[in-house]
Amino acid sequence: MSLDADIDLIYQKSLRKRKNMRRLWLAFLLLPPILMLLTFVFLPMASAVLYSVYDWKGLVRGEFIGLGNYYDVLFKPRESWFLFNALKNNVVVFISLMIVQNGLALALALLLARKPTGYRFYQVVIFLPVILSTVIIGFQWKLFLNPIFGLVNKFLRMVDLDMWALPWLGLPETALGSMILVNTWHWVGFPTLVFLAAIHRIPKDLIEAARLDGANEWRIARDIIWPLMAPAVTIIVVLTFIGSFNWFEIPFIMGSLEGSPAYSTDTLGLLFYRTAFGSVSAGGSNFGAGSALAVLIFIFIFTFSIIVTKYLTSREIEMG
Amino acid sequence: MQTKKKTNFNTWLMQIFLGGNAIIMLYPIFMMAMSGFKTNGEIFGKPFSLPANPNFDNFLVIWNTTNVPRYLLNSTIVTGFSVVLLLTMGTMAAYALARYKFRGNIMIYLFFLSGLMLPLRLAIIPLFIQLKYLGLIDSLLGLICIYTAMSLPATVFILTGFLKTLPSELEDSARMDGASEARIMVQIMMPLISPALVIAGIYTAVPIWNDFFFPLIFIQSPEWKTLAQGLTSFFGEYSINYGVLYAGLTLAALPVVTVFIIQSKRFIAGMTAGAIK
Repeated sequence: MSLDADIDLIYQKSLRKRKNMRRLWLAFLLLPPILMLLTFVFLPMASAVLYSVYDWKGLVRGEFIGLGNYYDVLFKPRESWFLFNALKNNVVVFISLMIVQNGLALALALLLARKPTGYRFYQVVIFLPVILSTVIIGFQWKLFLNPIFGLVNKFLRMVDLDMWALPWLGLPETALGSMILVNTWHWVGFPTLVFLAAIHRIPKDLIEAARLDGANEWRIARDIIWPLMAPAVTIIVVLTFIGSFNWFEIPFIMGSLEGSPAYSTDTLGLLFYRTAFGSVSAGGSNFGAGSALAVLIFIFIFTFSIIVTKYLTSREIEMG
Repeated sequence: MQTKKKTNFNTWLMQIFLGGNAIIMLYPIFMMAMSGFKTNGEIFGKPFSLPANPNFDNFLVIWNTTNVPRYLLNSTIVTGFSVVLLLTMGTMAAYALARYKFRGNIMIYLFFLSGLMLPLRLAIIPLFIQLKYLGLIDSLLGLICIYTAMSLPATVFILTGFLKTLPSELEDSARMDGASEARIMVQIMMPLISPALVIAGIYTAVPIWNDFFFPLIFIQSPEWKTLAQGLTSFFGEYSINYGVLYAGLTLAALPVVTVFIIQSKRFIAGMTAGAIK
């Protein structure tokens, strides 16, 4: 009897030891990544909210001023003009990319889905610019679009379209549009291949059955492929939205920090950078107003992403 | 007969559209590389012709007189260390979350997932002050920390999904044989997840290599600049020597393009991993 009890005790002990070991092992696995994420992502994100309600003198935090910074960036005439001008440009970028970039991507994906000759080659080529840094793409096209030496205008003059050989990046009317086209050239491969993967996941017999019933390609695309690729469309719309409202590299490199010419390519990203770290138009660095702007942009993007996802998911159909 | 003709016509139309698109995608990259082998005179005078006297002069100027090689080295260091660190930490977290049942498992998983939705760029001001306090401004280590943390949520997401699909038989039998948990993880489970590690590695490495925003704010001295950021100062210095500028862009594009051409399938799978369910 006592022997049994002893064995039981030893067993209990070893069980507890194993349990402690397991706990230690899990802590060892989980703590480093959790601490990393807390320190370099969650802490700064939370601090941004805190910073936005203080007055800042350079790197030094001044007194608590409540929503003062928010008032400044939203309602002071000059600041408010900049904010809404930038916001308007971001909206233009988003809508244009939705139509031009994602529309083209959809057309390309529908064609590629039929596995034409050269299918692999087309896929690789279309994705090639996607892997390159925006800095390379931006500078490359800035050189191409140079009014005098650039390849674009040289080509236009060669085919006798001299009147079209404009300083594309120098005119307020054409600068933003040119940058949107460059962005399209850079990124179109991404939505194309995401759409293509979604189309490939649609059961073949579904499309075959429709074809046997005499449906033409247009009807198959509209009534079968389009509704069944809805989840991919949701993801691309949300990613395009986030990308458009974080637009920074292309206007920074092809235009300037000031959204030149004449603030026609200014974006929320550029405005935020200027407000936070200072520039010609914004004056010295202002961490308070910058943080307020960051919080506003975050709330805006977050809210819209949720609404868009909610709305678009509601039209998704679960497959088999 | 008539339908066949129509199909043929459609096939041709499709090839024209796809082929035209391929030319639009490739030609600018081809022209960029070609112009890197030309002199200024040729670029202005015969912009569309092939280089008359192809040589590596422009590239030698870059290699010998600019900081571009240094930028290349810095980018390699930052990307290399970040990816190793984030794959290690990502695997640790994903393994714990996918292979063990414990209280708080779902909470921790959601904690990582919520990191996916936080645009770290908007927290650049507090991050700046924090790094200054830690002495990590103007240092590659600072960048490595940011990139690792920033990419962890996506890595954990990709790896957890994959690790959950692995059967538990192997693990259980090793446990019966008395193997330690660490040994089971490293020797038995890790080899099985290497495809997922490649996907997660590409998904995170390419944006880190290409990033311009964080170095722009955190790195000031030329010796620590990364490639994407360094290109902007290079463009300022050589703004009138077009051949050298094109050569610089070509050189900067070369590493990623080479790897992409060799591993295009994995690249495409990797980079679209976050957007495909």
